[in-house]
Amino acid sequence: MGAQKTILQIDWLSIMLIALLIGFGWGNIYSTTLTSADANIFDFSAIYGKQILFIALGFLLVIVITSIEVKFYERFASIIYLLAILSLVGVLFFGKTIAGQTAWYSFGLFSIQPAEFVKAAVALAMAKYLSEIQVSLKLFKYQLKAFFIIAVPVGLIMLQPDAGSALIYASFILPMYREGLPHWYLTISISAAVLFVLTLKFGVIIVSVILILILVLAYILNKNKRKKLWKYLVIGLLGVGFSFSVSYIFNNVLLPHQQDRFEVLLSDQVDIKGSAFNLYQSQVAIGSGGLTGKGWLKGTQTQGKFVPEQHTDYIFSTVGEEWGFLGSSIIIILFACLILRLYYLAERQKSQFNRVFGYSVIGILFFHFFVNIAMVIGLFPTVGIPLPFFSYGGSGLWGFLILIFIFLKFDAKRSSLN
Amino acid sequence: MRKILPVLLVCITALIFLARLVYIQLIDDSYDDVSKNIAIRKVFDYPQRGYIYDRNGELLVGNQPAYDVMVIPNELESFDTLELANLLKLTPERLKEQIKKAFIYSPKLASVITPQLTKSEYAYVQEKMYKYKGFFIQKRSLRDYDVKHSSNILGYIAEVNNRDISKNPYYQSGDFIGRQGVEQQYEEELRGQRGVKHFLRDRFNRNIKSFKNGAFDTLPQKGKDITLTIDSKLQAYGELLMKNKRGGIVAIQPSSGEILSLITAPSYDPDLLVGRKRSRNFTRLYYDSISKPLYNRALQAVYPPGSPFKALTGLIALQENVVEIEENFKCYGGYTYGRGARMGCHAHSSPVALISGIAYSCNTYFAQIYRRSIEKFETPQEGIDVWAKHLKSFGLGNFLGYDLPVGRAGLVPDAEYYNRAYNYPKYKWYATATLSNAIGQGEVLTTPIQLANVTAAIANRGWFYKPHILKEIDGKAISEPKYTEKQITTIDQQHFEPIIEGMHDVFNYGTARFLRVPGIEVCGKTGTAQNKARINGEIVELEDHSIFVAFAPKENPKIAIAVFVENGGYGSTYAGRISSLMIEKYLKDKIERTDLEQWVLNQSLEEEYAKPYKNQDLDTISQQ
Repeated sequence: MGAQKTILQIDWLSIMLIALLIGFGWGNIYSTTLTSADANIFDFSAIYGKQILFIALGFLLVIVITSIEVKFYERFASIIYLLAILSLVGVLFFGKTIAGQTAWYSFGLFSIQPAEFVKAAVALAMAKYLSEIQVSLKLFKYQLKAFFIIAVPVGLIMLQPDAGSALIYASFILPMYREGLPHWYLTISISAAVLFVLTLKFGVIIVSVILILILVLAYILNKNKRKKLWKYLVIGLLGVGFSFSVSYIFNNVLLPHQQDRFEVLLSDQVDIKGSAFNLYQSQVAIGSGGLTGKGWLKGTQTQGKFVPEQHTDYIFSTVGEEWGFLGSSIIIILFACLILRLYYLAERQKSQFNRVFGYSVIGILFFHFFVNIAMVIGLFPTVGIPLPFFSYGGSGLWGFLILIFIFLKFDAKRSSLN
Repeated sequence: MRKILPVLLVCITALIFLARLVYIQLIDDSYDDVSKNIAIRKVFDYPQRGYIYDRNGELLVGNQPAYDVMVIPNELESFDTLELANLLKLTPERLKEQIKKAFIYSPKLASVITPQLTKSEYAYVQEKMYKYKGFFIQKRSLRDYDVKHSSNILGYIAEVNNRDISKNPYYQSGDFIGRQGVEQQYEEELRGQRGVKHFLRDRFNRNIKSFKNGAFDTLPQKGKDITLTIDSKLQAYGELLMKNKRGGIVAIQPSSGEILSLITAPSYDPDLLVGRKRSRNFTRLYYDSISKPLYNRALQAVYPPGSPFKALTGLIALQENVVEIEENFKCYGGYTYGRGARMGCHAHSSPVALISGIAYSCNTYFAQIYRRSIEKFETPQEGIDVWAKHLKSFGLGNFLGYDLPVGRAGLVPDAEYYNRAYNYPKYKWYATATLSNAIGQGEVLTTPIQLANVTAAIANRGWFYKPHILKEIDGKAISEPKYTEKQITTIDQQHFEPIIEGMHDVFNYGTARFLRVPGIEVCGKTGTAQNKARINGEIVELEDHSIFVAFAPKENPKIAIAVFVENGGYGSTYAGRISSLMIEKYLKDKIERTDLEQWVLNQSLEEEYAKPYKNQDLDTISQQ
């Protein structure tokens, strides 16, 4: 199997979408980090210059990844996973601490964040495990083992501590669900999240009353299933119980800055000079963009550097300001198209290994896309995770390129024996 | 379900995001302004206020630089309050209070912390300013007065208050606005237009570059220079003559309606209302309830006009054709017009006709011709209304339309007024009930400027221009129709000659014969107005107000003047002397009758003014 064939078989639509996102993303990084009018884009001491370097290295990385045999990934998935775990352990000892997080291996000029690469390793390990013939997620012991694969890196990342990166691993629910994880996992986690937010917003009494009313209504409407009254009672009790424990979780499990992030979204009175500063500045930038935006390099908020972390987590606010509603919608649609395209590719895989890996890619990509943009436009509490292909940073970019191009390689070779 | 979950998630998420973007980018406009406030800094460029000149091109008001210490509360960082307070010569409490006030006005806009440092204070403060982030110094220009007179005409400038800001969006905290006088009247011309530059700034508050290449910037437009109709020398002389007296003088050029001088006494030094001490001085002037220096007596004081009004009584009688010029009337020291009703008159030769009647100021004569003018008509109502119409054609009973911001309408009573006063038709009233009007002691009330205007109309033989104080704007003569349209009185021209003859005779053999101005034919009329005040609940008769009107020369008149001196006694004593000197000063530019001048300069009526307060502690009065 020559490289020639891979080029022909690889999904060029996905690559085109990715190239568009990367190009557009770089344009926005340039705009946010531009310091003088006569800037040289290849100035590697500037952030936009470094990003060009990262993109170029990323291109090389893609070539390397797609040249490797598919079999290699499947065969060495466990070893790759172990190495990834080791890298997470190592960073706790040898890593560089930036802003309170020991998450970086420092190599002089730039640093590497292992957590960004571990995602791909976990995806491989998950694909490998779930595709084993005897494994069925309908059984509790296999569920436990699958969660264990996720739990190890999550635990190590939490030690850095980097809650945002750890949260990403929730996206593995998606491939697991596709492979037969019972519905109630999803139902319970979604219900818990909804109850948590509603209780914070409206208080425990109102939420409990509404929950009980809904259950009573459901019970009355389902007359033929009266036998299962105890089920309703259990659900009601658990729900109300959880609702009552929300304030405990909020005050004792969440850290103060995490509490702030919830309050910024849920409270009517926020301190726009304090905890809500980032979000407020971000919304001002996006909101003032209007329909067509203020023009590239012409955003007043972007050029004044009013939005903190605008070239990393808040990059989407630049899009909103300088490219307006049109530009922002195009980006959202591009992401949606890319994810749906990958979904289409995942579903056409013949091997379970490929499909699980594809679903992991979709899950991770979607999770980043969802959490990042929702945070920037004020729909989700602040979580420090980057927008794929847009946010500044080599590790993030490479992490995504690795994930997607391994999968594209799988897809290109899907019809070969497996 | 397991298969389509990703599709559902992606589609729902994308739709929610788009909906949210529609809301914050397309529907909610509030972010636009916020964005501008955050990222764009406006830098204002204040133009110089226009200069004010007198009619001969003499500079009355110019400008001088001053330096305001400003603050933008949002940009403050912690600093040594005590040190800064010392530097600015404020108490730390005052400094904190000012910052708090600035914050309430706007956290993002600049407010004045302490205004108007002098040049030397500025040099000292400027050096240390770098230490205090959020504070900066803004150069402004203040008024610089070249003269010590005319304060009430010129007005002053002061910082705008919240009412000004809410009334006119042009103004911002710390701006100056004209108050009183010409400064207020011609504020828009004088202030010019503030220029503004927009800069993009970054979060460290540094200017990055001009916003949209200056597309929204405007250049400051210099305030316009204005030339007043005032004659500075005459004005200064008038104020000098009015020293230690209270009252008003108005001199008008009859041929144009231009106000040559407009004096109110007592006045104040215009420099008092400049710079940091302005507000303290203003408070002092404002609360001086006894001499009321901010009260413009020439425009705002209403008095009964007294005997000068007889000229109008004569003119109306002639116009209504109820008396012949030569018709003689005997005066027996008064006029009895009903059971026990008698109007007194002073001693003079008798009989009198129209001309001598004016010269001697004979009450008896004017009472009778007034009565005839009213009784010519079937009812007194009709008579009074015709009479009032004639008076109103001279500009009495209304604000006259001059271009200064204060004034009073005075009063011309008409039939309706008397019907109400006498409760008609339950009780009837007749011409005799209003007889005091004949000699200017009735219900008619006038301001000095109205009397001056009547005098100008007589001097012109039947017409006048509305008095005004603005001559030119930026060297261009005003063309406002209001002041260039001739106002014609209802009295025919030929009737003025005998009246003027009589006013001329006032100086020949009449009540002002000792006030003749050598070489100039002056026409005038003395007057006194009785004056009562309520003191401690009792009505007390005070010394009469001294009134005089005059114009000169008789032919082709150049100046018409009205002088009121409160409690000055006979018309000729104070008002007459002052009028005569003013005319001499204006027409001859020097005073030959130095003894007369010395007398006026040395006389003080302060003792007279203190009488009502004789038994009171002055401090307690001024606080009332």
